[in-house]
Amino acid sequence: MSEGVADTTARPVVGARVGGGLRRQWPWLATLAVAVVVPWLFYDWSTGRHSGFVVAMLSQIGMMVIFALSYNMLMGQAGLLSFGHAVLFGLGGYVTAHVVTASKGGGLPLPLELTPLVGGVGGFLSAVALGYFATKQRATAFAMITLGIGELITACALMFQTFFGGEGGISTNRMTGHSLFGLAYGASIQVYYLIVAWTAIAMVLMLLLTRTPLGRMANACRDNFERAQFVGYDPRVVRFFQFALSGFFAGIAGALYTLTYEIVTFDTVAAPMSANALLMTYIGGVGVFAGPVVGAVLIVLLQSWVSLLSNSWLVYAGVLFIMMVTFAPGGLAGLVQMHGPIWRAGRLGRLVGPYLRLIVPALLVLLGFVLAVELCSFLTIGAAQGKSLTVHGVAIEPRRAAPWAVALLLLGGGGLWLRQAMGRFAAAWGRVSDEIKAPGGRP
Amino acid sequence: MEVLLVSLLNGLVYGMLLFMLASGLTLIFSMMGVLNFAHASMYMLGAYFAYSVSRLIGFWPALVVAPLLCGALGAVIEMYALRRVHRNGHIAELLFTVGLAFIIEKTVQMAWGLLPVPYRVPPVLDRALFHIYGSNFHAYRAFMLLVSVAMFAAIWLLLTRTRIGLVIQAALTHPEMVGALGHNVPRVFTIVFAGGSLLAGLAGVIGGNYLVTEPSMAATMGPIVFVVVVFGGLGSLAGCFIASLIMGLVQTFAVVLDVSFADLLARLGVTVTSSTPLAEILTIPLPRVGALLPYLMLILVLLVKPRGLMGTRDT
Repeated sequence: MSEGVADTTARPVVGARVGGGLRRQWPWLATLAVAVVVPWLFYDWSTGRHSGFVVAMLSQIGMMVIFALSYNMLMGQAGLLSFGHAVLFGLGGYVTAHVVTASKGGGLPLPLELTPLVGGVGGFLSAVALGYFATKQRATAFAMITLGIGELITACALMFQTFFGGEGGISTNRMTGHSLFGLAYGASIQVYYLIVAWTAIAMVLMLLLTRTPLGRMANACRDNFERAQFVGYDPRVVRFFQFALSGFFAGIAGALYTLTYEIVTFDTVAAPMSANALLMTYIGGVGVFAGPVVGAVLIVLLQSWVSLLSNSWLVYAGVLFIMMVTFAPGGLAGLVQMHGPIWRAGRLGRLVGPYLRLIVPALLVLLGFVLAVELCSFLTIGAAQGKSLTVHGVAIEPRRAAPWAVALLLLGGGGLWLRQAMGRFAAAWGRVSDEIKAPGGRP
Repeated sequence: MEVLLVSLLNGLVYGMLLFMLASGLTLIFSMMGVLNFAHASMYMLGAYFAYSVSRLIGFWPALVVAPLLCGALGAVIEMYALRRVHRNGHIAELLFTVGLAFIIEKTVQMAWGLLPVPYRVPPVLDRALFHIYGSNFHAYRAFMLLVSVAMFAAIWLLLTRTRIGLVIQAALTHPEMVGALGHNVPRVFTIVFAGGSLLAGLAGVIGGNYLVTEPSMAATMGPIVFVVVVFGGLGSLAGCFIASLIMGLVQTFAVVLDVSFADLLARLGVTVTSSTPLAEILTIPLPRVGALLPYLMLILVLLVKPRGLMGTRDT
């Protein structure tokens, strides 16, 4: 009787919540669907093989999404700037490599699907050990301690043979013969789907974590740690828990790295990997949960494609990063969020024209900048490597004055035009936001 | 004994080089709150500028020109970029300098190539100055010591004997109050940033040919300079000086003293074999651990004294 009552009252509520949840979560489901489908778009039906490049890139995106989100648990949600996040990623990877090797030897019949959990525990335990020191401090002191820890572990990884394998790193073989579904995991597409599954799980868990009291308190300690203290919470404990959990997810990402590449070297714990996390998270946007996801996708795409085309991918990444820091501290997600009020008021259409007028000068400046950077690059590095700069079969000689003049003209002229267009765009933006704010401006 | 004396001198030279870098960073960090990740990049640029300039007009003019170029670049960065980013908060400023360090490193690679450039000690100084216990003391080291001591004296006089120096000192601890008294604090910031960059450039000029001038020199020097600044404490040039010397001596002696925990235990009558637990850690010789020591010291000092050795403010 009472059960029946409970049923009738509970069901509609649950149904409404799930239904509403699904409606609100459709971007995530769409992303998941895209992640599942994309490898098949590049499937070569004549040979029956997947594109190795695309699968490798998508796998990289998957693990970097987890890595960036785990970094945002510190940076965005707890206001902790870490310069050694790769340590948690890499240690998770090393632990996984050892466990997979043991599993292959038959000593530990662990299904390969569950090894990311092992990496997570490895990352978690390292975060507990290192976080005990690091989270005693906040702000700049925390940043400096993490920088020190990062350098320390990198030096250790190069020094100790048994656990880290020194400079050569640790290699393993993911075909352990233990699987929940009877898969061999010889093909990288199988590993890719494992990554998709774990990325989805980790994303859901991290999203749910932001809604727990811990996640809320992390926000509170970020915004005003003194008031959080007055309320009765110890900010240090909050920082510690947040750091440890962030280590768990970074460890999962590291484990997926190990499964994909079957080798872990000191690169996984070193500073460039930590900088990568920072770059992805900040460019994507720290203020929004989905921000780091956007950043990770964008950066890996840039990294894979631009680094194929050009030597100077880091210059582009650096300039993009500086532009974001200077003009859009909220990141890409922050930029999108700025349009929220205008979109809700139904005035977004009025901005289409001004946006379109920005495109041409922006492209000119971009072209000029890329040309200048590439000319520079081919003058020294390219020449040393014996390469020459060709665009659609037309060779461009970087020692001549003409291409330089074109680049400078594009940069200068495009820059002036862009500046003017930006001014007009700002005026249009101001008009639209005034209309929204004005009483009666909203129907 | 001879090892001790020679290492002491070498450690002093290295420590003074570190101080030349760290003093500028400490001033910038204390006054503006900006942890300048591009500071070591200025050091690298100083070395590369000096290389190019010295090929054109010789080493001695380069000693003056290259630091001035770095100082001018620092002023431009502060006035036209950092000031704008300042509005977005300290984290944004810090990240801006991280991005700047990226770009400078790649620009150097594009302009001068990936390999080390042959930036050499001038022939006049490329000889032994004197011999102690059979080992040479290189004249260039004495020159480095001379330059850094002269620079130390110049900074000290500037900070204690001039009006701008007094304003800078006051702004180190109470920037808001200095602004309230009617001093142009943004201009003081520009001066300090340019001056810090100039010092870093100078360190690059005299350090670049002593060590190696290569695109990764900023990345190897940067973290160590940070360690020195944080170790010495915010807002304290004296702390920075002591920390630089400690770091220079520690790193030099770590290279020279070939001992390990196993040797220490052997004296106590315990022999370490490959089957002993933690044998790998115990038998590792000190020179290989040398690179770790600065970071160990950093972590320890921040845990025990979060303000650093002689810091006057929280980091």
